Amino acid sequence: MKELFRGELVRLSAEEPETYAKADVRWQRDSEFVRLMGGELALSSEKKIKEWAEKRLEKGPQPERYPFSIRKLMDDKLIGFLSLWVDLIHSEAFVGIGIGDRDSWSKGYGTDAMKLALRYAFLELGLQRVSLTLHEYNPRALRSYEKAGFRFEGRTRKEMMREGRRTDVLWMGVLREEWLELQNGVNS
Amino acid sequence: MFDIQTQLFEGPDIRFGPIDHEKDPEIEARWTHDSDFMRMMDIAPARPLSAAMVKKQYEKLEKQMEEDKNFYYFTIRARDDDRLIGRASIHWIEWANGSGHIRLGIGAADDRGKGYGTQALRMLLRFAFAELNLFRLTAFVPEYNEAAIALMKKFGFTQEVCRRKALERDGCRWDLYVFGLLADEWQKQAKA
Amino acid sequence: MNDVLTGKYVRLSAFDPEEMSKAYPRWNLNSEYQRLLNSSSRFMQSSKAALKWMEEEVGEISPASYYFSIRALDSDKLIGELGLDVVNWSGRDAFVGLGIGEREYWGKGYGTDIMNVLLRFAFTEINLRRVTLTVFEYNPRAIRSYEKAGFRHEGRLRKVIKKEGKRWDILFMGILREEWLAANQE
Repeated sequence: MKELFRGELVRLSAEEPETYAKADVRWQRDSEFVRLMGGELALSSEKKIKEWAEKRLEKGPQPERYPFSIRKLMDDKLIGFLSLWVDLIHSEAFVGIGIGDRDSWSKGYGTDAMKLALRYAFLELGLQRVSLTLHEYNPRALRSYEKAGFRFEGRTRKEMMREGRRTDVLWMGVLREEWLELQNGVNS
Repeated sequence: MFDIQTQLFEGPDIRFGPIDHEKDPEIEARWTHDSDFMRMMDIAPARPLSAAMVKKQYEKLEKQMEEDKNFYYFTIRARDDDRLIGRASIHWIEWANGSGHIRLGIGAADDRGKGYGTQALRMLLRFAFAELNLFRLTAFVPEYNEAAIALMKKFGFTQEVCRRKALERDGCRWDLYVFGLLADEWQKQAKA
Repeated sequence: MNDVLTGKYVRLSAFDPEEMSKAYPRWNLNSEYQRLLNSSSRFMQSSKAALKWMEEEVGEISPASYYFSIRALDSDKLIGELGLDVVNWSGRDAFVGLGIGEREYWGKGYGTDIMNVLLRFAFTEINLRRVTLTVFEYNPRAIRSYEKAGFRHEGRLRKVIKKEGKRWDILFMGILREEWLAANQE
């Protein structure tokens, strides 16, 4: 059986609320990062973030949500987060990723993490489809997701407005059969 | 022309109204037992609810409207006797972006095919664009819901995204379409 | 689309705690019913107490649990209850439990009809891969009913129940999505 949590450049992990809050409180102040990732721009205290992360743990592991942290294999540095939100009935997941550590941008870490996420979704969760959305103004992400196997499915026009400009949200998806084919065609 | 006289909540045969906690739960509970309707109305699995459960859901809806302030829920009612015939909503509103999502359904089989859906959508769009000043509206419609797809096209919605095989129902996988309508597109066809 | 809530003799309806909490104590007075349904005897519960735990259990809407009341199509009478619980999302496997509380509906094909409706719901609305159930060795009527609905024998926990001085097995039965689709899709 394949190793699920280790890729070529990164590994998927879990963090204590304290660690999560320490990283998030820093990264939330990088407005370019937040705008690229598609988050909400707000500045919360580390205390609040930690409380919120602790509250989420209260319910225990839920089959609808799989949160991961991303750490570099090289030095185990925490560089970002990735989550899968599962629709159990339709066997589909939405994936969201954010690399908060700027030094780690454009080095293939995101693509590697995304590949792990897909492997987990299809081989461990047995899902039929993984989807995501991204902003038109984030071409780096588009290239990364294409490399990971996602296909473009359309754009909701002018859904966002930032800096006086209207931009589209792009939708992508990869089906189980497509992903399996990709694995067979390429040697792991 | 500045028209604030035309009633936003009145249509030729239907009107928008608030939830009637006494009368509506019973009626909506009955709809939830119609799996045909539920499969058209919702992506979540069809499941029959009792009037008490519907009442609880209504309470949650009103609470959400009050707290989140990005959600408008209307009951669709027959003009003549004010009975509940459907539901319409604008939700997931992002004020900064001027965007929202819409959903609408006519509950009883006898009330369908009479143009009530068209009237309700017309009113909903006017409220969204001319009152809430939204810039765009989005709707998710499964591939198998031909009536809804026709309604979308009638009002000038564009099919923007095809989420391939995103749904599973009745033993096969279906595509889920994402439709969008922009304010200026609505302006044009509202005038026409 | 197919109607996933209606069968030939019954329809699945909302599990209404108000109504069920009144029916339960009555059905449970029948010790034979109790013994067919439960491996260990239940204490006698009042309507009031039943209402309370039902509201808690059934109140939350979750993708993992589905409760129904069963009504006879001709009279719309409440005749029993049905529950489906997903135990394993990776394998998409759920346990089903069914009880026909009204005795006059036993042995008339209602059990099989209820299962047929349930299986359609399970495989085409919740999109499960398999449905599992357990049934007691001393309940041949139910065993036959489930076999007719397409369930296959998968094993037994031997001599795990003791009643009236005798030991009995608990039988495991299951049906796979592909088996049901092959037998039921037009």
